Amino acid sequence: MNIPQMQPLMPATHLASRLAETTAISVSACYQCKKCSAGCPLTFAMDLLPDQVIRLALLGQMERLLGSRTIWVCASCVTCTTRCPNGIDIAGVMDWLKEEALKQKAAVDQPEVATAHRFFLESIRKAGGRLSEMALMQRFLIYKLRRQPNLKELLDNAKLGLALFKRRRLRLGRPPVIKGKGEIQSIFQRAGV
Amino acid sequence: MEGTAADYAASIAGVSPLLDLELAELEDWSCCGASAAHSLSHRLSYELPARNLGLAKKAGLDVVVPCALCFNRLKAAEKEAEKETGQTPLDKKIWDLLDFLTQPSFLQTLAKKVRRPLKGLKAVGYYGCLASRPPAITDKLDYENPQNMEKLLTVLQAEPLDWSYKTDCCGAGLTLARPDLVDTLVRRLYDRALAAGAECFVVSCQMCQANLDMSQERISKQAGKKYYLPVFYFTELMGLAMGHTDTAKWLSRHLVDPRPLLQKRGLL
Repeated sequence: MNIPQMQPLMPATHLASRLAETTAISVSACYQCKKCSAGCPLTFAMDLLPDQVIRLALLGQMERLLGSRTIWVCASCVTCTTRCPNGIDIAGVMDWLKEEALKQKAAVDQPEVATAHRFFLESIRKAGGRLSEMALMQRFLIYKLRRQPNLKELLDNAKLGLALFKRRRLRLGRPPVIKGKGEIQSIFQRAGV
Repeated sequence: MEGTAADYAASIAGVSPLLDLELAELEDWSCCGASAAHSLSHRLSYELPARNLGLAKKAGLDVVVPCALCFNRLKAAEKEAEKETGQTPLDKKIWDLLDFLTQPSFLQTLAKKVRRPLKGLKAVGYYGCLASRPPAITDKLDYENPQNMEKLLTVLQAEPLDWSYKTDCCGAGLTLARPDLVDTLVRRLYDRALAAGAECFVVSCQMCQANLDMSQERISKQAGKKYYLPVFYFTELMGLAMGHTDTAKWLSRHLVDPRPLLQKRGLL
């Protein structure tokens, strides 16, 4: 049997207290029932289970968490938060850790996911309030092909794009410019995104 | 609604007059930022929908939201404003479209207007995540086992089937970056729907529709078996049952063509 090597941890409280200050989420309420991990549909792709994320947050293991895969493959389905008997917003912790990872310029385990989110927001900002699905898909495809050229993926995407186009489900032009374009710019500026 | 969910938008516009309902588009609405915003910036994820909340207040009407993500983020912004100011920012109600259209009064009208009962159509209702969860935001009571899609299908005289995956996740927020993860989640939904005896899905969210519909060919190839599970918007089935003449046009926009199934059941 493969017994994992246990390393002693030096617990620190700064992470839990910062989390509580900025989001009012109290990870110390966790009694490790693991209901969050039992209901999570994405555990198959995670390096830490949701209950382990909460435990490590309580123990102040910032680096381990910011570099984890789990925070990025979490699909934000909020099943964990919904079922937590102690009212811990586990999905909220995942979001906070993602934002913190970018702020602290930590090594992001899933750069594609972070980039897709960033492109999505930039697309809204650039178009002045509404999303251009076409521009977003194109930009992301180029990014992906640059990282790892994959002819099959390119063809599959082209095929899907064509199928959607034929069914008039792709709008080629820009989204309409809204009157609140200026407001959108200031919202983005205030958020520093 | 203006792009890949054009079929959803058309069916909503098609069925509402048949139910004596007049819907006005929220003027100058903007995107709520969806999962991208709450993943990268807590502040942005409230301020973007808060703008729409402000527009809704000016409009002075109930807000009926067809997109599960928009609904969720609008409700989140409403709760946040309540927390900050101690009062409700909107004196009208924010509805998700399925809840709104399955109020008893609409179901009664609908029952009287069914011209083509959807007899023999075996369907599972798929609600997805964010119209239901988290209940602290959505104010839903039956968030683990919602029933209104089944109630609607019963009124349309279809056969709604029970299954345990109706609020499981399709991975919408990861569609662009990790389609492989989406495929795993969606294939699980196909298999569970088939195990329940279903021949189609009925959805109320355009991201659920997109993930279940657009990836069916790809997943079939990976799985080495042909899945054929059309993915209807609930509004399309309402239109079909009420005999709306554009129904076939809406359905022709799906990637998994539902028409062979409907023909087989004598419904088209």
